[in-house]
This record gives sequence, structure tokens and C-alpha cells, in this order.
Amino acid sequence: MTVQELPGAAAYRPTPPPAWKPLTDPAPLLPDPEPYRVLGTDAAAHADPELLLRLYGELVRGRRYNTQATALTRQGRLAVYPSSTGQEACEVAAALVLEERDWLFPSYRDTLAAVARGLDPVDALTLLRGDRHTGYDPREHRIAPLCTPLATQLPHAVGLAHAARLKGDDVVALAMVGDGGTSEGDFHEALNFAAVWRAPVVFLVQNNGFAISVPLAKQTAAPSLAHKAVGYGMPGRLVDGNDAVAVHQVLGEAVARARRGGGPTLVEAVTYRMEAHTNADDATRYRGDSEVEAWRQHDPILLLERDLTGRGLLDEERIGTVREAAERMAAGLREQMNADPVLDPMDLFTHVYEQQTGQLREQAARLRDELEAEHDESGAEERR
Amino acid sequence: MTTAAATAGERAGAVRPATMAQALGRALRDAMAEDPTVHVLGEDVGTLGGVFRVTDGLAKEFGDDRCTDTPLAEAGILGAAVGMAMYGLRPVVEMQFDAFAYPAFEQLVSHAAKMRNRTRGAMPLPITVRVPYGGGIGGVEHHSDSSEAYYMATPGLHVVMPATVEDAYGLLRQSIASDDPVVFLEPKRLYWSKAAWSAEAPAPVEPIGRAVVRRPGRSATLITYGPSLPVCMEAAEAAISEGWDLEVVDLRSLVPFDDETVAASVRRTGRAVVVHESSGFGGPGGEIAARVTERCFHHLEAPVLRVAGFDIPYPPPMQERHHLPGVDRVLDAVARLQWEAES
Ligand SMILES: Cc1ncc(C[n+]2csc(CCOP(=O)(O)OP(=O)(O)O)c2C)c(N)n1
Repeated sequence: MTVQELPGAAAYRPTPPPAWKPLTDPAPLLPDPEPYRVLGTDAAAHADPELLLRLYGELVRGRRYNTQATALTRQGRLAVYPSSTGQEACEVAAALVLEERDWLFPSYRDTLAAVARGLDPVDALTLLRGDRHTGYDPREHRIAPLCTPLATQLPHAVGLAHAARLKGDDVVALAMVGDGGTSEGDFHEALNFAAVWRAPVVFLVQNNGFAISVPLAKQTAAPSLAHKAVGYGMPGRLVDGNDAVAVHQVLGEAVARARRGGGPTLVEAVTYRMEAHTNADDATRYRGDSEVEAWRQHDPILLLERDLTGRGLLDEERIGTVREAAERMAAGLREQMNADPVLDPMDLFTHVYEQQTGQLREQAARLRDELEAEHDESGAEERR
Repeated sequence: MTTAAATAGERAGAVRPATMAQALGRALRDAMAEDPTVHVLGEDVGTLGGVFRVTDGLAKEFGDDRCTDTPLAEAGILGAAVGMAMYGLRPVVEMQFDAFAYPAFEQLVSHAAKMRNRTRGAMPLPITVRVPYGGGIGGVEHHSDSSEAYYMATPGLHVVMPATVEDAYGLLRQSIASDDPVVFLEPKRLYWSKAAWSAEAPAPVEPIGRAVVRRPGRSATLITYGPSLPVCMEAAEAAISEGWDLEVVDLRSLVPFDDETVAASVRRTGRAVVVHESSGFGGPGGEIAARVTERCFHHLEAPVLRVAGFDIPYPPPMQERHHLPGVDRVLDAVARLQWEAES
């Protein structure tokens, strides 16, 4: 598709920005010193039971997705998997707070957010299986390609949200990044642009304690990552990243604020990376079991399950039903991933430019000849 | 460096199998032990020992100040290295993967490469930038780039790439000792390649900028470097049965470029193929072919050919075997060197 073919491109006129008064008092921008929590507090009683059950179902499904994907690396069906085990509350809430027209900008660790948004798990995993860099049409799903170069997706989210605002569209972009990613220049440039342009964008930092082996203490000297918002002139919110209800609420408020022209928000969700960085990493080289064990007691599923059963919203039977659904999803994923993807080597040359260059046509022809010769040879081998 | 605990064998320079990653680590260690101004910095280089384990043990031996886990910011790492070098230190920075060095590009191109020149020699910057290079390891998107052409197109940077365990040690020591910035490209798929090597008495290396003939031959010259060297050596073996006796030249350094060794070889053989895994268009092969042609025109029996990666973004791992130049493509190029004229 060429740019001109996009709907509405010809009729486009920029929409003027909403009225805005710069803040002179930084106090409202500052995050609370303690992460915001709902579960285990009085606020939990006011939460919508239907939402809680929905979140619960998604968390259980999300956990099962994570364990299944990790198992697929052991079977050689995925090249690598950066698991979001322990971070499911953030992944799921990020997906659920968005409307269909909104955009999600995930990192390599956020395939679950894409799946929770409705993307087919196999399509979400092609990057990590190693057959296609992006297994879905980003425009169709409003999910940007999973992004590996750290924090580089954040300026894109700002630009897209800005463009939507210019076009007069009621669209919010939610961009995800890790704690390590907040050290990159692109993180800071994105926040500044977003604030200056008052772009309808929400930045979700999942502070999972580590950037591969590097702990947060070596990453920042700030009281929290949420504090970084203040210098750019946007609010910073600190939330317990394992409290699905709290994350959902805080992100929901940030999205609503962005939608009504209130500008961007930086949300830091404090969570923990329960697994190694990826299946290829050895976490015992840099952290002890006791730390991981302590976080097990603060597991997002455990927290929500405890609350729901305590209030009689969940019993063994319902838990069983939820788990069965998750098992079915895992079985389906397993089965689909057990089939080898069908690959066309000519794909290598197809999408480099709109019009294939002469050089690429030559190279494609050469590869085709090679493959035919290979095919003839193996055929001859078989006949022998 | 021997310790009291070292065995007699080690003191005598026992030769035993070592990987390229180990030899690189040893080079860092020896450089740090010899010169207290040598500092290693990068992402995960301390506690973890680097994602390829090249810096394993350095933080323990020399402390966090000498081998430092930095915040995750490549522009910051290289920019800080520039400042450290301005104040008399000798930083060795690690970029985690070639594609993740791009945020540092401005610091490298606008500052590291130019400081000597813009200060009229007053402020050289002895920085070594170690970059895991290339593909062939089944890495997912952004883990297999070839970036040497960007660096070699930047005057002021040396660009060095080892292909053997011994060179990994020697070239890295020379690079760290250099008073100019060196981009030191480490072929990822050779990290675990093994060779008999003596950590205690490593063979002396020549200064950076010297190519070496890895296999003498009479029929044609394969000019290559880094991860394509083993491919060329294998191709040369396979070529024997076709009646070709191929010479293989390992460049070891793209900048400075050893015109002398390369041209001498091509003058002897009369034919040349340049082999590298980076894209062909605008890649190193074009420069090399031009230099060879300029110097050896009257000795050439055929145009200088190139075997390179396709002109495409690096493909997903399941397709990378189609992209990487292998033995067959090298032999195919050799076959196209106009042998008809011979008979
Ligand atoms: C620009 C860049 N530099 C380095 C890397 C290599 N790398 C991949 S993940 C990672 C750690 C990221 O940590 P964090 O941002 O906290 O996210 P997490 O992986 O914990 O989700 C690093 C250093 C990269 N992908 N991109």
C-alpha cells in the first residue's frame, strides 16, 4: 500500500491543538512516594466485579501463555523467549485499557500485551520463532511491530499520537518500555516531544528490577522512574505493577486524560521479572533465589485470586473453568507451533522497496537458480 | 602474567584449546593488568561478564571502577568514553550487539573519529569500541547486522576484525594500545571457535593494518576477513578437486588497509574474489575490488568478483542460510573467473 492510498490522505487538513495552560506548580506532577494499590485496600470493595473476573481470566491465560512459550524454546520451536512471567498484570491491563482505535507500541517482552489485545499468539510469536520479523499487519491490529532496539518505539508512539491529533482522530497511543530502556536517549526525547506537543500518549514503564543483569540501582539515581516525568512537564504515576486492578485503573485514567486533550502521562509499574532475561540467560549469575521467592508471595495472580475468593466472587469451580480455558489456549498454541512455518526464500527480496531494484531482481534470480540446483541434486540423491 | 599458583606448564606457556571469547577476555585482562588507565565499560560487562562472557571475571579481579556496568545508553557510554580519554584514560567500551551500537554513532562519528584532527593532534582519543559482529548465530531481528561499511567510511576510525583465536588476542591488545579510536568487530559466530593457544605466552602480533596469507595458492586469491575466513578456507579445500589452488588472504583490518599484501597476492595469482557477509552494494568489497584493480590491472585475467550478503535487511534466522555467503557461492564465483582463456 502506498501512502496516498491511505483513507483520508487527500482531504487532510491539520486540526489546531487543544487549549492548554502550562503548569507552574510541579506538585500535581509528582508521583506518590508509595506505589498505588487497590488489592488488599478498602478501595478493592468498590472495584467492578465483572472487571476483576475479566482481569483474573486474562492473567491466568497470560501466565499459561508465558509458560507455554518458554516450553516451546526447549523444544526448539522458538528461537528465544523473553518471558513476562510475573508481569502479566501490566501486560494485560495495557491491552484492556485501550479502545479498538487506539495503538499499542510493545517491546520484545510484550507479546502477551499484543495477545491480550486479540492478536493471534502464533502471529505475535513469529519474531521469536524466527520466521518473520513481524507476523501481523500493524495497521490492521493497531499494534506497532514488536520493538527490540530499546526505547526506540517511544518517539514513534509520540509521532503517531501527534498525527492522530492533527487529523482530529480520537486516538491514544500506549507505549511500553522497561526500566533499563529509560536510560536511553530516545526515552527522554520521546517524553519531551510528547509533553511539548501534548500528544495523546501514555508511557508505561515496567520496572521489573533488572535490565538483563543490571539492577535498577545502577540504572538510575532518581527516587523513582516516575519522577522523570516531572522535568518534562507531565505527571508521573507510580503503581504496584502486580496489582492488576491498580494498573488497570491508573492506565485507564492516563488514557482518558490523553483522550480529552490533557496530554501525556508516565506510568511506572513496579513489578518483577520472575524468569531470566530470556531462556538463553543465566540469572543465577547476578541474583539470588531469596529475592525471587519473596516476589512469588506478591504474584499478580495470587493477589487477585486471594481478593476474589475472599469476597466470594471466585470458587474452586470457577478457578477450574478459567484454568481449563487457559489450557485449551496453550494446547492450541502448542499444536500450531509444532508445524514448521512455510517459508518462501523469495520473500527476502519482496519487501525491501516498493519497486524491486535491478540489483535485487538479479540477486533473487541467482538465489532461485541456487535453490533449483539444490533441489535437483537432492532429487538425484534420492533416486540413487 | 603468572601467579604463584600457576602450574609449571602454564609458566612455560602451555598450549591448550581456547575459544575466541576466552582469548579476547584474556587480552582485556592483560591490558588492564599492565596499564591502570585501561577501563572497560558497557552493558552487563561487570557482574554478568557480558552477554558473550568476554569480560567474565574482570570486575572481580579489577573492581567495579575498572570494569563498569553502565546505564543502558550507548550514546552515553561512548560519549563518556570520549571524556574519559580526554582526561588521560584508555577506555574499552563494549556495545552489546552491532545493531545496538547505532545510538552511539554520533559520538563515534562526530567526536571519537574527529577529535585528533579537529584539535590538530593535540587530543588523540585512545578508545577501543568492541562490537559483536555479524550473523550466523540464529539471532532474531537486530542481532546480526554487519556494520563495518559505516565505520570504514568514517575517516579517523580504525576498523579491525579478527578471524582466529590468536588474532583475537593480539589484535585486541594492539587496538587497546593504539592512540587512535578503533572499532573492533568480533565475529559472533566465531566466539566459540577453538584453537590451540597459549594464554601465558601468546605469539607476538604485528601492528594493526597487516593482512596475512592464510593459505598460499596459485590459481586465484580469495580476499576476506572475520567470519568469512573459515568459509573461504573450506572453499579452498573444496576447490582442490576442481583443479584450483586458491590463495586466501585474511585482511584482519579494513582500516588501515594493507594494499601491499593484497596486491602482491593478486599479482601472483592474476584473479581475485572478495568475500564478506555484509551487503554487497556499498559494502567493503567495492572498495577492495577498486583498489585491487587500480594496482593490479595488468596482472588480472578476469574482473575482481564479489561474494557478499544480499542487499536486504538481515533476514529472520530461519532464512539466514539463504543470505549468508557460503562455500558454494565462493566456488561459483571462482568458476566465473574466465578460465576459458587458460587453455
Ligand atoms: C539500544 C539497545 N541496546 C541494547 C540492547 C540489548 N538489550 C536487550 S534487552 C536489554 C535489557 C533491557 O532491560 P529493560 O529495559 O529493563 O527491559 P526488560 O528486558 O527487563 O523487559 C538489553 C541491554 C537493545 N536491545 N537495544
